[in-house]
This record gives sequence, C-alpha cells and structure tokens, in this order.
Amino acid sequence: MPKTQALIQRKKIDQTGIEERCDRFRTRSIKNDAKIDGLKKALSMIDLTTLEGKDTPGKINQLCFKAKHLHDEFPGLPTVAAICVYPTFVSQAKNLLSGTGIKVASVATAFPSGQSSIAVKKLECKEVVKAGADEVDMVISRGKFLAGEYNYVFDEIAEIKNICGKARLKVILETGELGDLEAVAMASRIAIEAGADFIKTSTGKIKPAATMEVTLVMLQVIKDWYLETGKMVGMKPAGGISNAKLALHYLIMVKEVLGEKWLINNWFRFGASSLANDLLKQIVKQQTGSYQSGNYFSMD
Amino acid sequence: MAKKDKNWNLSPAPESLDHIHIKDAYGFFIGGKFTRSKRDSFKTINPANEKSLSSISQASEKDVDTAVKAARKAYNSTWSKMPPTERAKYLFRIARMIQERAREFAVIESLDGGKPIRESRDIDIPLAAAHFFYHAGWADKLNYAFPTKKPQPIGVVGQIIPWNFPLLMAAWKIAPALACGNTVVIKPAETTSLTALKLAELLQDAELPEGVVNIITGNGKTGEALVSHPDIDKIAFTGSTEVGKLIRKATAGTGKKLTLELGGKAANIVFEDASIDQAVEGIVNGIYFNQGHVCCAGSRLFVQESVAKEVMTKLEHRIENLIVGDPLDKNTDVGAINSASQLKTILNYLEGARKDGLEYFESSAKLPEKGYWCKPTLFKNVAQSSRISKEEIFGPVLAVQTFRTIDEVIDKANNTPYGLSAGVWTDKGSKIFNLTTRMKAGVVWANTYNKFDPTSPFGGFKESGYGREGGVHGLSAYLKLELL
Repeated sequence: MPKTQALIQRKKIDQTGIEERCDRFRTRSIKNDAKIDGLKKALSMIDLTTLEGKDTPGKINQLCFKAKHLHDEFPGLPTVAAICVYPTFVSQAKNLLSGTGIKVASVATAFPSGQSSIAVKKLECKEVVKAGADEVDMVISRGKFLAGEYNYVFDEIAEIKNICGKARLKVILETGELGDLEAVAMASRIAIEAGADFIKTSTGKIKPAATMEVTLVMLQVIKDWYLETGKMVGMKPAGGISNAKLALHYLIMVKEVLGEKWLINNWFRFGASSLANDLLKQIVKQQTGSYQSGNYFSMD
Repeated sequence: MAKKDKNWNLSPAPESLDHIHIKDAYGFFIGGKFTRSKRDSFKTINPANEKSLSSISQASEKDVDTAVKAARKAYNSTWSKMPPTERAKYLFRIARMIQERAREFAVIESLDGGKPIRESRDIDIPLAAAHFFYHAGWADKLNYAFPTKKPQPIGVVGQIIPWNFPLLMAAWKIAPALACGNTVVIKPAETTSLTALKLAELLQDAELPEGVVNIITGNGKTGEALVSHPDIDKIAFTGSTEVGKLIRKATAGTGKKLTLELGGKAANIVFEDASIDQAVEGIVNGIYFNQGHVCCAGSRLFVQESVAKEVMTKLEHRIENLIVGDPLDKNTDVGAINSASQLKTILNYLEGARKDGLEYFESSAKLPEKGYWCKPTLFKNVAQSSRISKEEIFGPVLAVQTFRTIDEVIDKANNTPYGLSAGVWTDKGSKIFNLTTRMKAGVVWANTYNKFDPTSPFGGFKESGYGREGGVHGLSAYLKLELL
C-alpha cells in the first residue's frame, strides 16, 4: 500500500516552465530600502555551517563566536539563525551559544550518504537530541528512493521524527542525486507527509547542490501541502548560494510563491558558509556607498 | 531578527529617461527625409500619466500620395534592381543598430504605449532586431526558399500596424518586405507613432536608400487613403477584424494583394494531467502579458473540472503577486492600458459581465490615480454564450470555463469566429497531437504560451485573417511566385 499521496498522484513538473519562472525572479530589481531589508533578512536566515572531516573543537569555537559577532563594527545587525555541525560538536556549540537565541543544528542519520541501518540512524539521532540539538538535519536514503522503495524512505523519516521530540526535523533530499525535478517533487511530498518540519535541498557534498529551479519545485510542494492542510513547512536550500544577489533572488522566490509568512527564519533558511560575508559586504556598501576590502570581514 | 510585522516590498526601480530624445513635434519620413511637422496634428501621450510626449502630424491624402510616389521611385530606380546581397547588408545593419539603441527604443515604447519596460526591453525590441536579422539572411536566398518558383518582388507595399507592439509590428512588416525587394509606405497606429519615427531616424543613420521605407502618421483616415491609393500593389494590415473587413471590401477587384492579421479569442486549455503550477504561469502569461493587448491572448481559459479548484486557487494567488503600475519600473508586471478609448471598451465589458451576475476575481493592487488602468481580472464559470467569452476584449480580462472531455473542449474552443491561436497544457504527448490537429487556429502552443520567433509563421484561420508572417510562409506574402 502506498503510504503517501505522492505515490497515488505524482506531481507533474515541466522543467522548461520552471526555468522560465526562475528567470523572471532574476529580473526583479531590488534596490535601496528593499535591498537593505532583504540583505538583513537573508543574514538572519543563515545556518552557518561547517561539516568537514577536519572539524575540531577549535574550529567550532571560532564558528560560534562568528555566529554571535558577525561584524561588530556595524551595529544593528541580526545574528545568523543557527549553526550547523556534526553530532560530536553539539554539546560544545550548545554551551557556547547558550542565551543567544542562535539555534544549534546537527546533521544525523549517517550524513552525508545515509547508507546505514535504521537502527544506527536512530541511535545517532537520539544522541544529538540528548546533547541538546535544537534542530536535526537528516538525509533520506537516496539509494532506497531510487530503487523505488518509497515506503522505506517514508518510514525512516517518520521514525526519526518520533525521536526528535521538540527538535525540529530538517529532511535533506540531496536533490543532486535524485535525477529530475519530478523525483524532487515526490521526495519532497514524502518527506512532508512523514513529518518533516523543513525540507532541505542538499548536503553540500554533491554537485549540483541547491539551485533556484530545484528550490522552486520544493516551494511549490510546500504550497500544495499548505493549500491542502493549512500547515506550514519550512524550506532550506543549502550549498552553492554564496553571493548576496543570488540570496535576494531566493527571497523574491519565497515571497512570490509562498508569501510573506515564510520570510522569517522559522520557515526559511540558507545553508551556507561563505554567504554571510558577502551579505555583510553588501550591507556595508549600501550604507557607506563603497565596497570594503574582504580583509575587513573575518573569515569564519 | 527579521521584522515579522512589516512586509518586504520592493522599492521603486524606474528606468532612467536621461538618455532618450523625443522631438516636440514630428513630420513624416518620406524619400529619406523628415518633412516639417504639420499644423494638422495630434498629441501622443503617456497613458501612465496622461502627459503629452510629442505632437504627431496627420497625413492627408496628398501626403500619402507623396509617400507612395517616393516609394515607387525608390522601387523602380534602386531597391528592386539592387543585388540581393546588397539589400541583405542594409537589413543586417538595421538589425545591429536596433540592438545598439535597444535601451532608447525600449524606454520610448513603454512611455508611449504603457507596456512594462521588462517586456519592451526583453521581448519587443530584441524580437524586432531578430526579425531584421532573420530576413536579412533570406534576402539573397529566395530561390532556395522557393525552389520550383521564380521569386519576384511585388512593388510598393502599404502597411498599417496596430498599437500593441508598435516597433515589433513595424519590424514584422518592414523586414520581409525589404528582403523580398519591395518598397514600403507604413503607417503606425495613432496612439503609438514614436518608435516608428525613431526607427526612421535609425534608417537615415543606416543610409538606407531614400524612399525605400516611408513612414506616415495619422488616424484611420490616413489608413483609408493608403489602402485606396491606386499605385499600391499590396496591403498588409494588422489590427481589428472590423477594419480588416473594410479593407477587404476596399481592395476587392483592385488587383492589390492583401494579407490580414486580425483579432482573436484564443482558447487556453488545461487538462488534469498538466503540470499545474507551470500551467498557471502560462495562463497568466497568456492573458496579462501586455495588459491583454495581444491578438493571440489566451482570453478563454478552459480548465478540466477535476482540477478546476486547484487551478483557480493558484491562479488567484498568482494574480495577487502581479505588480501593477508604472510601466517604466523594472519590476512592473502589468502596465497601463494603451488609451482612454481602449480603457472605455474594456470597462464596458467588465460592467456588462458584472451586470450578468458573473462571479469574478480581480487583483487587489492599488492603481495610480492618473492615467489609464485596469486591474487584472478573471470571470469564473463563464458560459460559452456569454459576451465576454465570445468577443475580443483586448484587455487584462480572462473568461474561465470548465470542461469534462477532450471532444467537448475542442468543440467549444473552435466555436468562435476567430482562429488565431490556442494553448494546450498536458503531460501527455499524444493528447497534444490529438488536440493540435483538430484545433482551427493558426498557432497552437503546447505547455507554453505567447512564444514568438521570426522563423515561425504566424497568422489566422477564419475571421482572424489570412496570410502568414514569419518563416518561409511569411516571405511568400511579399513575392510574386511564378512557376519556373
């Protein structure tokens, strides 16, 4: 028995139409006040991320400080929404960020490949929740998905969701491995019906990572769900969004597809590491009239 | 943290006017020179704020005669005798110069006609250049286009164009005529003469031989004089079916060749297996593009009943996202209605439909106080017999009907005196071919709408006219084709 609507009626996607719509978002001209507002919004939506084999306590220390102090020379800036780390750094990050309102997100479920048993994934999820993670970024089993075992994918997400408790669950589809946009739509729908609080494009380890086209399809699935149930689901494009202009185009897309309600960091995030500094550079430029050297912005 | 209470609205992003040049008054462009502006003239205004832009001269029968004589002289002495490769060079040059001056043309087009700068910048002007490029390529290859025939120019061509795509329509008309060796007298529409007159300046700069293209301005009377001038060999007209019929009568028995591109009331058909989100985008593009001032606008929407609710909800949401206002703002999606009289026509239809008790939805956008504006509107559950689903409105007004089966929708879509274009949205290829072969429409778009390309012939069935523009078919309208 199919467990989700996604399997009963697959959403049709026309790739050319999606590309044309994205081109329209890119022609929007974002100037003056709208630009400053947008840049600050984008800054507040960042999940500042480090997910590397070479991550150490020292690196996490630096990242957490940066999350709190994006650019102290410039008062009135928001902080990022969250930092995103591997499970072993959750409790350290939690301590460093306590009282700041900045969330700690941890990847889990055999990130990035997802190639492990459900038992192992559940254990990992339990540990990060216990360590205090506010948010869990899980990956779906793409291998199972591509093998047509959709019920398996659904069940896995539902079980992880159970373990999350109060922690919000972000489900990473790794769209770069799914093949086409209709598969992205189906995976999005399965994740949402299985209980995802957020759907997320990518791990950042596979190219292509987030694109506007893929994000648009996922936003449209979120919209379908909202129209059917009245429930909101968040969206997180991750990987490949490294400049301010592109980030603003994503915000335009969210605004025009889902509406203003989604334009806060409860419902929209950017998974990015280098985006923050470009946003800062643009904000300073908007207010002072000139671009500052990259050396004025601390690297992490 | 981001402010939760305040909406993120785009700041104004108006295109600059610093770089454009418009004279206070214009004469005609005859024999390669601008004539002096006449006292008998009218103002051309910016429909977005009702301010006057310039004064346009009204061409009399005598002026028309002067223009036709100049065209005849150029035809006999230079243009028809010129080697086709040389004609091609001029056309290529014109195309390149349109590209070079694209920004000025785009701004003036939006100023004079009310269409959003995004459209004039991204669609009208690039396509106008594309038409010159395309036909430049044909100029010395006509023998290959018609391998069993001997292609010869027709002579002097009279062309009358509408106000919805002023420069683009001029390009559609002038480029094939010149490529085939004809000379031209062209009359732009009364409310939108400026880009044609700017094109005249460009033709001067391109050193096109004098008299090859002559541009006269004025109202319907000027058009009438052009149509009835005895030394015109062919009339090409784009405009209303009503005027098309008059021209047909006037040219009957005169030996003048005639092509007509007239009105439309296109069906845009959405099946339940379509990609709905993209179809919604196509519906919006089909009817609200250029404020619905499009002869091939998808003004009748047919939605399969099983998906009607979803389509309508998404469509209404999408309409709310359209930015209506200053045509020169780069973010504007829907601009101003072209003229006071067109606005009156549209409002008349809206009032009638409301009186009939038809349920409707309109954008909640706030309209500017000055100027001519109409909110993007749609009427739901419209009957086939309703006036707004029968007559061409030429405005941002969509008539929505639901259907149940493919045979039903094809019958209803064809149940109109028009037959210019249609759209179909489905994921299934066989359904597309089933439908397109049975639709009586000159162009049928599948899973897209309002796509134009110079290589693709455009024209109508039934009262939408005859003859084709664009492609090889379009060339034949400007040639005598005797068998070899």
